[in-house]
Amino acid sequence: MSASKKNTKINDNQEITSLPDLENWVLRLYVAGQSPKALLAFKNLKIICEEQLNGRYQIEVIDLLLNPQLGRDDQILAIPTLVRKLPEPVKKIIGDLSNTERVLIGLDLLPRFK
Amino acid sequence: MKKANDQPKQNDLPKSLTGIQGLDEITGGGLPKGRPTLICGNAGCGKTLLAMEFLVRGATQYNEPGVFMAFEETEKELTANVASLGFDLDKLTAKKMLLLEHIHIERSEIEETGEYDLEGLLIRINLAIDSIGAKRLVLDTIESLFGGLPNTLILRAELRRLFRFLKEKGVTVIITGERGDEMLTRQGLEEYVSDCVIMLDHRVTEQTSTRRLRVVKYRGSAHGTNEYPFLIDETGFSVLPVTSVGLNHSVTTDRISSGIPRLDTMLSGKGYYRGSSVLVSGTAGTGKSSLAAHFAFAACKRGERVLYFALEESPQQIIRNMRSIGIDNEQWVKNGLMKFHSNRPTFIGLESYLTLMHKVINEFKPEVVIIDPISSFIVGTNDFEAKSMIMRMVDFLKMNTITGFFTSLTGANSELEHTQINISSLIDTWMILRDIEIGGERNRGLHILKSRGMAHSNQIREYILTDNGAELLDVYVGPDGVLTGSARISKEAQEYSEQLSRQQETERKKLALERKRKAMVAKISELQEEFEAESIETLNMIYLEEERNKAFLLQQRDMAMSRKADTD
Repeated sequence: MSASKKNTKINDNQEITSLPDLENWVLRLYVAGQSPKALLAFKNLKIICEEQLNGRYQIEVIDLLLNPQLGRDDQILAIPTLVRKLPEPVKKIIGDLSNTERVLIGLDLLPRFK
Repeated sequence: MKKANDQPKQNDLPKSLTGIQGLDEITGGGLPKGRPTLICGNAGCGKTLLAMEFLVRGATQYNEPGVFMAFEETEKELTANVASLGFDLDKLTAKKMLLLEHIHIERSEIEETGEYDLEGLLIRINLAIDSIGAKRLVLDTIESLFGGLPNTLILRAELRRLFRFLKEKGVTVIITGERGDEMLTRQGLEEYVSDCVIMLDHRVTEQTSTRRLRVVKYRGSAHGTNEYPFLIDETGFSVLPVTSVGLNHSVTTDRISSGIPRLDTMLSGKGYYRGSSVLVSGTAGTGKSSLAAHFAFAACKRGERVLYFALEESPQQIIRNMRSIGIDNEQWVKNGLMKFHSNRPTFIGLESYLTLMHKVINEFKPEVVIIDPISSFIVGTNDFEAKSMIMRMVDFLKMNTITGFFTSLTGANSELEHTQINISSLIDTWMILRDIEIGGERNRGLHILKSRGMAHSNQIREYILTDNGAELLDVYVGPDGVLTGSARISKEAQEYSEQLSRQQETERKKLALERKRKAMVAKISELQEEFEAESIETLNMIYLEEERNKAFLLQQRDMAMSRKADTD
């Protein structure tokens, strides 16, 4: 269990083959080094995705210490930040994602499962 | 939050020149180098412009690249906004002397879940600084973070970390902040910036807006503590005192006529210096505008271009009024040599008006600029700004070798040699028109208070407006004091009649003498005649006597002969 140092695709084995009858999720997690907060955020994100998205997702982890210029396009200020690139609209969730309910609200997932 | 290690050394606090007119004088050499400076003020008071000028001057004058982090405006908006100040950001960006970066933060797009920090922001700032080797940084305005991120505890801790990081980085930073109700800034940014705080203010007094700047705090450095008015014009920011602006302009010895021959004579025979500043002050109705019209007419006649700022009258009114004293300036307006610009400066504010004047002057490129009257720049108590504005105007004109002709209205009760705006030190030639009240009438007098670089007349002249323009006459100076107008005329008449009667007396005496001479001559001839008459008579008598004697002798001889006398 580790946050990758490079842009890494995790758990995308069904991404290409699955038909987009439901949205295909693209999530991007911005971190700065392997800080405890970053590791915690990645762990929390994994759990939520597994529980809620049933494999139709793709997570990119971007380490701004290694690729600082990438933070510009997504207007990243806080670390860690989770960006929902797809489905649109773009959503941003900041923090270590330890409050699952707020993460789900942030990802527009909560009303669906209520 | 003042930390002991923030305390700079008293003696050699390094400073970073801003290049902004006047600000470097007030701060004694610029902002603290390598440290943050807070600029706070209300909306629209020029914070962003000041910060931007700091970067632009740094890039163009001191070869220090700068980064502008804009939290509120995009790069495009910023570029467009400051283009009016003559800053070409695109060019500087292309030369890698400037980097604009928009930081977008939108509360509605952000969901907060748990712990976080602002490492992302620090990385971005760090990247921006390193990419062009920036020495200067502007954060405009970092308060937006408080709107975007709800957790102020984290935010404040992170801001402190950000400023520590920036100090280590050694960049000179300007942070802008909106003014709060009780604090200097709404979010208490002054807490993080302990080195230098500058406050900008934008006030409206008597319907006229004025901008002021104050250095609230400058740790480890002496600084001016007053509120200084500042202007924003086409050349950017300028704060008074502008002690050193434009004193290196070239001068000419070229002289130009004032349009009134007698006045030229008073100005050592040749008139004003080209490119000098001329002030005519006087109370109402003393003929200031007429003097201006003369000068304008003479300039146009020489083929020069004249720009006439009429601040209180319409062009038509001025032309009509001047025609009544025989000056036809309309011909010059028609052939494009003269241009009028009528506007009340108080309607658009002083700095806007200054900008406007600069613009019009740059377009029209005149040789002569007339501002009639400069006293209307003053509304209420803005003397200081008005002075600063006129000072800048005079400097600007001199730099371009444009002759400036200003009129100034002196209040009825104030001293004559005291313009409402204390600008006398800026003026090269100062003429005063005054009322002289004698014998129940008011007459105009003119004298030259000063005229730099020439031996001017010290005389008071009577200034008369005739159908053929203004004329200067000698006043009557005699045992009864200085007389003008009809008093002078009657005095002169009296003197004339006295002289006349003296002349007649002489004439009469001459005649009398002549008469006497004639009488004498007559007498002489009478005596001569008498003498001649007498002498003829006498001669006659003598002749007769001789004849008688002859006859007697003859008779005796005859007698003797007849008696045969023997005596013979």
